[in-house]
Amino acid sequence: MQQIRSMKELESFREGLVKGRDPDRKFISVCTGTGCQAYKCDDLVANLRAEIKRVGLDAEIETKATGCPGFCERGTLVTIYPEKIFYQRVRPEHATEIVERTLVKGEIVEELLFVDDATGKTIVNEDDVPFYKQQQQELLGPNRILDPTSLDDYLAIGGYGALSKVLNELKPDDVIDQITASGLRGRGGGGFPAGVKWRTCRDAPGDIRYVICNADEGDPGAFMDRCLLEANPHSILEGMIIGAYAIGAAEGYVYVRNEYPVAAANVGLAVDKAREAGLLGKNILGKKGFDFDVEIIRGGGAFVCGESTALMASIEGFVGEPRAKHIHTVEQGLNDKPTNLNNVETWANVPLIMNKGVDWFTAIGTGDVSENPWGGSKGTKIFSLVGKVKNTGLVEVPMGITLRKIIYDIGGGVSDGKKFKGVQTGGPSGGCLPEAFLDQPVDFDELTKAGSMMGSGGMIVLDEDTCMVDFARYFLNFLRDESCGKCTSCREGLEQMYQLTDDICEGRAGPDHLGLLNELAEVVKDASLCALGQTAANPVLSTLRYYRDEYEAHIYRRECPAKVCKPLIRFSINSECNGCNLCLRNCPYDAITGEKKKGDTYKIDQEKCTQCRICFESCKFDAVSIDTGVMR
Amino acid sequence: MEEMVDKIIEQNGAKESALLAVLMDIQGEYNYLPRPALELVSKKLGVSMSRISYMATFFTAFSLEERGKHITTVCMGTACHVRGATRLVEELERVLEIKAGETTDDKQFTLETVNCVGACALGPLIITDGEFQGNMTSPKVSRLIKKLRKED
Ligand SMILES: Cc1cc2nc3c(=O)[nH]c(=O)nc-3n(C[C@H](O)[C@H](O)[C@H](O)COP(=O)(O)O)c2cc1C
Ligand code: FES
Repeated sequence: MQQIRSMKELESFREGLVKGRDPDRKFISVCTGTGCQAYKCDDLVANLRAEIKRVGLDAEIETKATGCPGFCERGTLVTIYPEKIFYQRVRPEHATEIVERTLVKGEIVEELLFVDDATGKTIVNEDDVPFYKQQQQELLGPNRILDPTSLDDYLAIGGYGALSKVLNELKPDDVIDQITASGLRGRGGGGFPAGVKWRTCRDAPGDIRYVICNADEGDPGAFMDRCLLEANPHSILEGMIIGAYAIGAAEGYVYVRNEYPVAAANVGLAVDKAREAGLLGKNILGKKGFDFDVEIIRGGGAFVCGESTALMASIEGFVGEPRAKHIHTVEQGLNDKPTNLNNVETWANVPLIMNKGVDWFTAIGTGDVSENPWGGSKGTKIFSLVGKVKNTGLVEVPMGITLRKIIYDIGGGVSDGKKFKGVQTGGPSGGCLPEAFLDQPVDFDELTKAGSMMGSGGMIVLDEDTCMVDFARYFLNFLRDESCGKCTSCREGLEQMYQLTDDICEGRAGPDHLGLLNELAEVVKDASLCALGQTAANPVLSTLRYYRDEYEAHIYRRECPAKVCKPLIRFSINSECNGCNLCLRNCPYDAITGEKKKGDTYKIDQEKCTQCRICFESCKFDAVSIDTGVMR
Repeated sequence: MEEMVDKIIEQNGAKESALLAVLMDIQGEYNYLPRPALELVSKKLGVSMSRISYMATFFTAFSLEERGKHITTVCMGTACHVRGATRLVEELERVLEIKAGETTDDKQFTLETVNCVGACALGPLIITDGEFQGNMTSPKVSRLIKKLRKED
């Protein structure tokens, strides 16, 4: 590709692209995000291309392998443009039918349509699917029509237009002022106003400055950043280039989590293409003296490396141990130079704000940021809605929307007809809220007031089968593993807290355990160096606050109300048994005896049973019961 | 091996700050970090073995022992956890007769865990040799391993 040397060249190149593309042209877009990979979406793409070729339409109809638009529950997702015919749960073997019936004859393949649970009706147009209809997909929206490996695709939808506008019309200070005025707050969890951070970094003394994109996404159960990087890497680069111009940085880094190979590959490719086109490198878009380039760094797989100082240490080639932040990284960060770190989604918002304007952005969300950038939560936020929810996937909504709207209206409620128990937000630093908080608006400040936090966007729905003590233990286990071990309070405190919850789950706990747990939680919070330790107690504290009865049931009655904790439960076979003997055959411990076809004769030998649950999961007649409060 | 290590160092730039990237590439090449390779890195980049082993044990991406032919990874992310991922690990530990993090004596299987691979809709899930096995249940585990054993 030839270098684009000015705003004019960019616009004329874009015009050429758009002119070459009929807006009404037919094309078929297939989600090839990580979620859909499991359904062999690559084979589907190959089959579609082969079939389209076979019927001789390959000159007219393009098959686009895109990133993820969010509805992972129904993958593989296929949309046919311009009509926006939406097919879901598509498998490679459906290719022939889609091509022959829809592309050639213009018919709809009924079996692949989405059926609305509420009305029982099928839905043809993607925009009418309730999951999407109630969202505001400013960031995720373009994913469905972009081939992430194509710079042309991004340019065709106006990509790098914000950058070109900024370079031609605005001084660095103006850019920072606009970002501050927009009220954009960091999407990585902390919610620090981006403009304020940029300003401090720009004003910090020194010649060399860095900008970094935090794509470590350590919250287990969250994948917003992965999706953005995989699907629309240029939008993040564009944000970073604008940031570099505003801050005065010549070098940038994208720190990508090791578990995200596709994301790393896609941004890497985007960097190469942007450089080829003159969007990175020297005198970007012909702007004299504006040089900026980006390097991709793969993380080594440590949660704590998402923390700013640990991340920078890791880029320098050291282990990712945080340091005390008497001196902020915006003043002395990477290589001791002023460094501005923002999250993937924060960067992705930057071109949107520059394009659509501050007023557009501040009209979305809560509060008032005109005087104070902490005064509200502006813009949309992407949540990864997972766990025991019907519609698992990524959800982008205006901040201020209620938990109920997200979980019920968009998420379709709890899966398998189970009862809602709680929702966990904010990952290992966050907390759990029960049903009473469902009408709580979701933004940076409201959930914190309730004892949880919005965090980076993980949202895990819990149902009656989730044991809250076991859940708290899960996070403690995660955190004790991930603690870098530098401070004693975090390293030892988390280990002891883990042991205490383990005692409770295993039926070994006494009445002192809750007091100790509370006390330790306070110590770990107060005495730890970085936010990992400082917030590590939140999952415990919030479950203790809202689900104390469950802790008490474990301790005083040796009961696990959710029937999860093994030493507190017992399996037996009930009268629903029709004697199929599947449980007996599947039991790995030979704990089940009985004779085939003689209902009700099966017995579980409690001495041999390890509560592995295989009989329970194998039985097709609900004939295996679990009792609790029966500790041996 | 020396040739390979040289090549990797060259690709990443022979500077101290490239240490993490160099180790990642060695892990990628050999599936673990062989000691002789680390000694070469130590010599060539001028960093001490103790710093290298600090790195190698700090980051979960690294393994200091040779791994098995089939890497079986259970997702232990939050979404998978609430859908019963712990039980999958326990069942795999039983079937393979090893603990998570270990490799079978015949070097056929390594059992690992990971915190969320971003395919939470499919949870709980096991990844065998890079392939996602979604909506897993304990009863399906032994069949899956049997199938992998048979394919060899
Ligand atoms: C233990 C720990 C892990 C973190 N992990 C991440 C992460 O994975 N991604 C991220 O963007 N921020 C993470 N953060 C927050 C970062 O330190 C930092 O605040 C953020 O990247 C700044 O960007 P933002 O202002 O755009 O949110 C983490 C913080 C801590 C203490
Ligand atoms: S929690 Fe397992 S894939 Fe996300």
